[in-house]
Amino acid sequence: MTDVKDSPQPGVSPPSASTGGASVRLEGLVRTYGKVRALDGLTLSIEPGEFIAFLGPSGCGKTTALRVLAGFERPDSGRVLVDGKDVSNVNAQKRDMGMVFQSYSLFPNMSVLDNVAFGLRMRRQSGDQRRTKAGELLELVGLGDQAVKYPHQLSGGQQQRVALARALAIEPRVLLLDEPLSALDAKVRAELRDQIRSLQQRLEITTVFVTHDQEEALSMADRVCVMSSGHIEQVASPDTLYARPTTAFVAQFVGISSRVPVESDGKEVVIFGQRCLVRSGGTTVSGPADALLRPEDVAVEVDPQGDGFITHKSFFGATTRLVVQVGEIPVRVDVRSDAGADMALGLHVRPSIIARDVLVASRTAIEIPSED
Amino acid sequence: MVTVGESYFFENEEVGPGETPVGRRRRKKFRVWRLVVLVIAALFFLAPLYAGFKFALQNDSGKFSFWAFTTLPSEQGFSGAFFLSMRLALFTALVELILMVPTAIFVHLRLPKFRPVMDFVTILPIVVPPIVLIVGVLGSAPLFLKESPYLLSIFYVVLAMPFVYRSLDAGLSAIDLRTLVEASRSLGGSWIRTLWSVIMPNLRAALLSATALTLALVFGEYTMANLDGWTTMPVWIAQFQQSDAHVTLAAAMALLVGTWLLLSLIVALDRSQSRKRRKVGTQ
Repeated sequence: MTDVKDSPQPGVSPPSASTGGASVRLEGLVRTYGKVRALDGLTLSIEPGEFIAFLGPSGCGKTTALRVLAGFERPDSGRVLVDGKDVSNVNAQKRDMGMVFQSYSLFPNMSVLDNVAFGLRMRRQSGDQRRTKAGELLELVGLGDQAVKYPHQLSGGQQQRVALARALAIEPRVLLLDEPLSALDAKVRAELRDQIRSLQQRLEITTVFVTHDQEEALSMADRVCVMSSGHIEQVASPDTLYARPTTAFVAQFVGISSRVPVESDGKEVVIFGQRCLVRSGGTTVSGPADALLRPEDVAVEVDPQGDGFITHKSFFGATTRLVVQVGEIPVRVDVRSDAGADMALGLHVRPSIIARDVLVASRTAIEIPSED
Repeated sequence: MVTVGESYFFENEEVGPGETPVGRRRRKKFRVWRLVVLVIAALFFLAPLYAGFKFALQNDSGKFSFWAFTTLPSEQGFSGAFFLSMRLALFTALVELILMVPTAIFVHLRLPKFRPVMDFVTILPIVVPPIVLIVGVLGSAPLFLKESPYLLSIFYVVLAMPFVYRSLDAGLSAIDLRTLVEASRSLGGSWIRTLWSVIMPNLRAALLSATALTLALVFGEYTMANLDGWTTMPVWIAQFQQSDAHVTLAAAMALLVGTWLLLSLIVALDRSQSRKRRKVGTQ
């Protein structure tokens, strides 16, 4: 496959696209569409050179936030600061932000080289300068030999890499990525994901990445900003977000959780007859609540007298995921595949909690809109 | 009675090896009907053309001759009428594009919900008879406009609007306009640069067809030009018919062939340009 063959050249040094990155601050952004509040007082600071991902379901406001940052949308109130300077009233043309779009956005009438050089042409650089720099950037994304081709002659992955080179060519203060991988097939997506991350680290460019795919967000970003209904649920590093979600929404949306009804006194809960500590950091819940269990928080032991039995089994290579029915509650459990191989459907097991502590949330239903 | 729909249905019907004799007869019957419809349509379009060319290629004694065509350029009033029509056609096409291209882009980008309204508004010139338009405007237009043939161009802009808007609308719907515009803007492109370097090249086919339709409309419009008192090509043809029918037919046929050649040339240029771009690669 061409996308594999054309991976970036290790010997190619990055062109002078590195800017050191700008700091970004979004302050109290509000944007409404009719009765819908797409952004509801969003405030966030992004460090220079940081890679931050906006993660959330459809309609959570992540794309609106990116578009406000890019200058394509004006907020109803609030400010956008880049390196401390208010750019809320600066139009997109003058913001110096490179953007890669979800749909293929290359100019169909221009060759690959001319696409990459377009931003430089707008900055009135000479023809030689433009060609040299565009060539360097194409080498950087591993497409140096495709310069004379037209967008329709490239695969989807190659087109997005050209779009990335085009966005980087203008030495943007901030790189904005609007779900750039969502139209690609799984293999190309994984390759391009690694490529974007390594380029961002080499160029140290402040990057905002919008996605609804948690795997993308967790594997690429320095920090992930989980959004819901126009506001931020939690901003944290991927490992903190996964291990220490502060809200039930984040626990449900990031990773997989099973909800087990418990009685909480705010400090301890009893799950499967076992006393467990309540994880600190989130909202304290007392009384009837739900414990949110990650598949790796639970272990199972084969026991004919056990109060759970296996209803589903999925093989994931090193691990196997079981769904264990405990009374009315289905609980997902990850086990090593060699142990899982011996566990047949219908087998009775005894579940136990192996995590230090568990996240407890109120029983309010959490609606996560589907991406369809 | 056989309709086109029925014929299509039966043509696409899958008939297995166990097809009945009735089914086979039906299929044959519809194939024959299809041929009959095709022949009738061809006759309808080609017979007048054949008759026109035959008459234009005859001299007064009924013998084959190019006389009517060779004498045409020197006939009184012909060149004046031809160049007037040409001037009006080019001016109309220019004004039409200057007005309609930004309008169509604006509607697509900023007022997509307004598109059904635009569809309705732009069809109005077809509903209003040209004679109503010209009589109304002639009664109220300022004198300097009444004295200029370019008053006609204003009418022609209105008349051509339904075709031009639809052509542009289809062209804009075929590209991801919003993304292209935003990509250009984020790279530092001004609105003018975005329009010129990004949108227009990707609308080439739509622009060409809009221009061709406008030229064809102006070269064929008679009522308004006649009532406004200007001798454009159609008016000249109608007037000269009383002097020499052979020459008039030659003019009409030349106009037809000329328009056809122009359209073919535009299409050929468009194709060769696309091919060249694909081969060469850089601008």
